[in-house]
Amino acid sequence: MMPAMANDTKTIADRRKEWDSRLAANTKKFPERPVRFTTLSDMEVPLLCTPDDLESVGFDFEKDLGFPGEFPYTRGVQYNMYRGKLWTMRQFAGFSSPTETNKRFKLLLEQGQTGLSTAFDMPTLMGYDCDSPKAKGEVGKCGVSVSSLEDMEELFEGIPLGEVTTSMTINGPAIVILAMYYAMAEKRGVPKEKVKGTLQNDILKEYIAQKEWLFPIAPAVKCVIDTIEYGTKHYPNWNTVSISGYHIREAGATAVQELAFTLADGMAYVEESIKRGMDVDEFAPRLSFFFDVHNDFFEEIAKFRAARRIWAHLMRDRYGAKSPKSWMLRTHAQTAGVSLTAQQPMNNVVRVAVQAMAGVLGGVNSLHTNSMDETLALPTDEAVMVALRTQQVIAEESGVANYADPLGGSYLVEYLTKKVETEALEYIKKIDEMGGMIKAVENGYPQAEIGNSAYHFQRQLEKKEKVMVGVNRYQSEEKKRAFETLYIDRSVEKRQSERLKALKSKRDPLKVQQALSSVKLAAEKGENLMPSIIGAVSVYSTLQEVCDTLRGIYGEYREEGKF
Amino acid sequence: MNQTVLTAPQRNRIRVLIAKPGLDGHDRGAKVIARALRDAGFEVIYTGLHQTPEMIIQAAIQEDVHVIGISILSGAHNALVPEVIQGIRGAGLNDTLVLVGGIIPEEDFEGLRAAGTAMVFTPGTALEEIINYIDKHAPSR
Repeated sequence: MMPAMANDTKTIADRRKEWDSRLAANTKKFPERPVRFTTLSDMEVPLLCTPDDLESVGFDFEKDLGFPGEFPYTRGVQYNMYRGKLWTMRQFAGFSSPTETNKRFKLLLEQGQTGLSTAFDMPTLMGYDCDSPKAKGEVGKCGVSVSSLEDMEELFEGIPLGEVTTSMTINGPAIVILAMYYAMAEKRGVPKEKVKGTLQNDILKEYIAQKEWLFPIAPAVKCVIDTIEYGTKHYPNWNTVSISGYHIREAGATAVQELAFTLADGMAYVEESIKRGMDVDEFAPRLSFFFDVHNDFFEEIAKFRAARRIWAHLMRDRYGAKSPKSWMLRTHAQTAGVSLTAQQPMNNVVRVAVQAMAGVLGGVNSLHTNSMDETLALPTDEAVMVALRTQQVIAEESGVANYADPLGGSYLVEYLTKKVETEALEYIKKIDEMGGMIKAVENGYPQAEIGNSAYHFQRQLEKKEKVMVGVNRYQSEEKKRAFETLYIDRSVEKRQSERLKALKSKRDPLKVQQALSSVKLAAEKGENLMPSIIGAVSVYSTLQEVCDTLRGIYGEYREEGKF
Repeated sequence: MNQTVLTAPQRNRIRVLIAKPGLDGHDRGAKVIARALRDAGFEVIYTGLHQTPEMIIQAAIQEDVHVIGISILSGAHNALVPEVIQGIRGAGLNDTLVLVGGIIPEEDFEGLRAAGTAMVFTPGTALEEIINYIDKHAPSR
């Protein structure tokens, strides 16, 4: 039977109903594959959307979409998007000693990368020096080891600090590492307004997901607010916090949970900064975000678009921000580390390309593409290059960078954006009812939600309801790996420890002692810690010396072994 | 003699310690495995994060565990795993089955085995496979 011709008196709903019955008949002949059609996060999704579906979720062009560069920024934060400036291609790097990482930095800059991004090793992330007994076996393994200003200076040797933007992924002792960066810039005579970059400095998501903490929650949040307050006054172009969903997602959260918990963390920093007496428009423009880009193409695009819309409304309507700069959610994104497989690792190149494309179509401002070998070890130079080239192919060859919000107006994408937004707002409401995100984290609420999602996904993998190619389907006998991986041996630990010993013997012990006493005093009095910590690192007090001083006052955080 | 597949009540006598040594905070895998083993019927104890080898050894002795599953994703396994194994063997836990999970490069498998690790499980391993392995190899004391 031929479908009836469109009739002027029929509404879309009428025609949809007719089409649905023909679809049902057709499906009898050609049944659907026996799987549940859901997103990676297990969200039920429709086969097809029409204007009626948009109406059913209350979609309104003016209110929900508008134009790029304007409220509510669903379509991106810039007017001309990637025609003006491509997203920043920022590959995260850091391993072994500062000298080794410095070489990788220079290689990436030579190859056309436009910003630096520093990964620190576990001891540094936990506020321990390389010679601490707790650092055993971990020095330089997951990132670069930085125990003092001397290491920081070595790490950025020959790199023009006033010209590159630097991102530093550190949270627990972020205030100390930032102090080192500021001290180094000061020593090199770089004007404060030319110091540009981003400190991750998002401690709440550490308790939620990444689990690299030092102090209990309240003093740790105080340190974050100290850096916001100091940065706002003195370093106007430094992004003080990169509110991060990446780790939340990697720990097992769904896309909606990632979005909701990240925005809720951001809300907590905004509220605490306002409590400190700051004006929202003074500090909010320097808050930035960092999300995961996972496998589910449209879910991810919807997530980025919803993120910008929710944040713009929160900032304007809830916190009374008047500056458009405060309303804009600017975000970095990284392709999903958890999606990479050790099995048939070349497939990871494809996964990364698909994810990167979703990030770009979602309008991110900066992007890291993972290397194919990152599930095995830290990436080799060659693997990093393929990852960077993936971004360059998308930017220069695919043509997608010609358009602002190319998927805007797609019935499906607008429907999904609305759905992700609505579900995220439900979580935010629940967190409000708990007394805000700090309370929720103290009660372990987001942690438990994420644990449940991670377990749910693992069960789905086991039942093959979700497929990982090469892992639970399409497995093949593998030959020995086709490429080399980077191996960090333990000699780094020894060399770094010797360097630190030499530093300690040549610095002025009296100055170090006095500087650490000032840190202690500032902490006891509840003052902003930034000036005294800059003083301490400038005379080469080590990371751990400063952190131990603060641990002495604040204590340490402990998590119970719940699962 | 061990059967290949145990029933939940048979598993209930097997105590498994899931341990996170070192500074590594990646606990998604450890928690998922702890939960899956508990759901399968084992008695599971999870140490929580940031444990020194000494803390893990003490927990193993106190609970007199049949199995230790050590989860490491930071690259510190060559330093930390042998220390835990020496500690528990020194304390008389001679038959405790030691399993390691996480991001472990193939070239390190042999060293870990030589140190007394029974099996290394890397990402992508089915939970069922780990459960079966424990069924088969946990000491029958």
